[in-house]
Amino acid sequence: MQVEVSKMIEHDVIVVGGGLAGLRAAIESSKYADTAVVSRVHPLRSHTGAAQGGINAALGNIEANRDDNWEKHAYDTIKGSDFLADQDAVEIMTKEGPARIIEMEHWGCPFSRTEDGKIAQRPFGGAGYPRTCFAADKTGHYLLVTAYEQMLKRNIRVYEEWFVTSLIVEGDAIRGLIAFDVLTGDLEVFKAKAVILATGGAGWIYGKSTNSMINSGSGMAMAYRAGVALKDMEFVQFHPTALYPTCILITEGARGEGGYLVNSQGERFMQRYAPKAMELAPRDIVSRSIQKEIDEGRGINNLYVHLDVRHLGRDKILSRLPGIRDIALDFAGIDPIKEPIPIQPAQHYTMGGVDCNSKCETRIKGLYAAGECACISVHGANRLGGNSLLDTVVFGKIAGEQAGQFASTQTNSTEAKLLEAALEAENSRIQSFFAGNGDEDPSIIREEMRNLMVEKAFMFRSREGLEEALAKLGELKKRFEHLRPIVAKKAYNLDLIRAIELQEMLELSEVIVASALSREESRGSHVRLDFPKRDDARFLKHTLAFRTERGPRIEFSEVKITRYEPEERKY
Amino acid sequence: MKASQKTVRLRIQRFDPETDLAPHYDSFEVTTKPGMTVLDALFQVLEKKDPLLGFRYSCRSAVCGSCATFINGRQRLACNTQIQKLGSEVTIAPLPHIPVIRDLVVDLHPYFEKMRMVKPYFESRTPLPDREFLQSPKDRQAIDVAIDCIDCMSCLSACPISWTNPNYPGPAAFVKAARFIADSRDSAKPERFRLIGCEDGVWRCHTIFNCADACPKSINPTRFIQYLKRKAAIAPLLR
Repeated sequence: MQVEVSKMIEHDVIVVGGGLAGLRAAIESSKYADTAVVSRVHPLRSHTGAAQGGINAALGNIEANRDDNWEKHAYDTIKGSDFLADQDAVEIMTKEGPARIIEMEHWGCPFSRTEDGKIAQRPFGGAGYPRTCFAADKTGHYLLVTAYEQMLKRNIRVYEEWFVTSLIVEGDAIRGLIAFDVLTGDLEVFKAKAVILATGGAGWIYGKSTNSMINSGSGMAMAYRAGVALKDMEFVQFHPTALYPTCILITEGARGEGGYLVNSQGERFMQRYAPKAMELAPRDIVSRSIQKEIDEGRGINNLYVHLDVRHLGRDKILSRLPGIRDIALDFAGIDPIKEPIPIQPAQHYTMGGVDCNSKCETRIKGLYAAGECACISVHGANRLGGNSLLDTVVFGKIAGEQAGQFASTQTNSTEAKLLEAALEAENSRIQSFFAGNGDEDPSIIREEMRNLMVEKAFMFRSREGLEEALAKLGELKKRFEHLRPIVAKKAYNLDLIRAIELQEMLELSEVIVASALSREESRGSHVRLDFPKRDDARFLKHTLAFRTERGPRIEFSEVKITRYEPEERKY
Repeated sequence: MKASQKTVRLRIQRFDPETDLAPHYDSFEVTTKPGMTVLDALFQVLEKKDPLLGFRYSCRSAVCGSCATFINGRQRLACNTQIQKLGSEVTIAPLPHIPVIRDLVVDLHPYFEKMRMVKPYFESRTPLPDREFLQSPKDRQAIDVAIDCIDCMSCLSACPISWTNPNYPGPAAFVKAARFIADSRDSAKPERFRLIGCEDGVWRCHTIFNCADACPKSINPTRFIQYLKRKAAIAPLLR
């Protein structure tokens, strides 16, 4: 790799990440300023495409949801969040929801339809009305393709397969970023007035995850290194129905359409945990119930439970859940029309993320975050199914608007010297991977980290386990300093990409565990066996983790409560 | 080794632009078990045998299109191909007829350049309604299957017309065009017919169904191309 600032790339706004949040942000930002997207994979390979079940909005357009409105959606979201979501942000999301969905429809998104031609909706967990708009069981794929098409229409520049390694910050302002072209290995400076992080979640930290393998949380790690806090990172969503054993997602829509969860005794066990909502209780509750069944010996082969959709019939399965059928056939050799699907809970979503406000602003001027990598917070301690796609389009648009307007008022007078120095520093950081003189294998460290997080920081946590995890992560970080030399190849160097990712994931794991240790209560997805109750007096607060040389420093910040006082969650 | 485990010999096509003039094959032995995919096997090689190996991956659940490669002589997604079903020797090469960047990684640009030939985005009718466009379930069904394309490039790699004619948009681009022409909400149909009905358009298709055989999502692009031919033929008469 060579340092050549002369080749510097410059745009007013750079969006990092080509998933739905990033693309929606770029479309908006391009109205105000010259905008480009930088993505480590082609945008159509982004994890948004794996979203299945749908996107929530109180459209109130069908008989079954005529009384629904954004306030009810807000209440369901806040209750689902175990009252940790910031209520002003939730109000923005649920108010804006219908407009964003109509917009995607006007851009051609092929939503499934009701008999009279309207956007169809299905019931989802924790929702008082059927308000999850869907396109069969491939909603994320269709939304992503639609947004990508609209970006092509607007001729927005995309740097696809560019891997961003760090942000350039001067004082309290963003100046750009450094990235390398995965295809050629060239390391370059991207000069910008504003940067939007839309890099998605950090699911691959966990050995059991429904996420794409690229979800390493790089935007979170880069913001953290640049001095931005990571908020509420202890809140990790575990999806109830991941296919056994590969953990590929089986949509909540399968239960929304009427699927049952059944244990080894053929019992619909949710009646014991959520007698009213049954299979459509929120995800944290259903996941814990499944794990309890397995732990208490009522799992099938003590490993999984069954998701049974056979009673829905062939036609409904083929029209509403065709993707699920393909997944079960391809990856488990099972046809859901004839057999129940083996499922287990697995990591699914990172509720926490880059600390930002409801305008997607971080504490660094010109740096914004949107989508799963951000924590605004609209999901609090537990996200409702169907709210993540909504989050990406609502806050993607807001981030794009904010960044575009901000950039259009700025002059970019960053001195070349600063950028050159940043590039040199980054170059030597990367060269040091090639010059490693140890014998530690990054793949082994990665596997140990992923197993550790499942063993000690999964659904059920305790001080003892978390402290062990923290100590072990410290060891893994030490071992990382003695890596074998990374191969010095230019084109498509997976060894380098995976080493950089691993370093970031180790740091994020530490943040998750330290945040979980500091929260001595059980709330939403975060369950402490040693503190089984929610404790509003001490912990109705966001966790903020700041980076120090000795590991994360934890602070707390207030939760914004507008109109819904915390109450006990019953379903 | 457990009874369910089997040793499979992987022959992987290699090419490094920094050092190689031409591609060659390397062989690796991998230990497989039931449920293991070709993508899992590639990771086993990367992690245990050769950190230099280059291949694309992302979703590992057959929805992102990254890992389409040429496996035992046909286009498949590495992530949803069970390795134990392929026998004791498995040959993996990059998608044929697309320039290779390194090892199994091919150039995405030809595919997405061709896609641009067919106006690959929706143009809504105007004026926009306040609410959603009404679309009957039947009209919505008309675009089913075509919208499932994951842009994995398998069909382009399998299409003999595309191999030799750089101006031919190719199977996936035509599926995209059909998706908009069949959509009751789209307003750009005359332009779309012009783009797909030109000299290098749908008429060049020889209906040999290679694309249909290659598609890992069971889309039959040839069928959509025939649909476009019918539509394009009568479009001028309907003006």
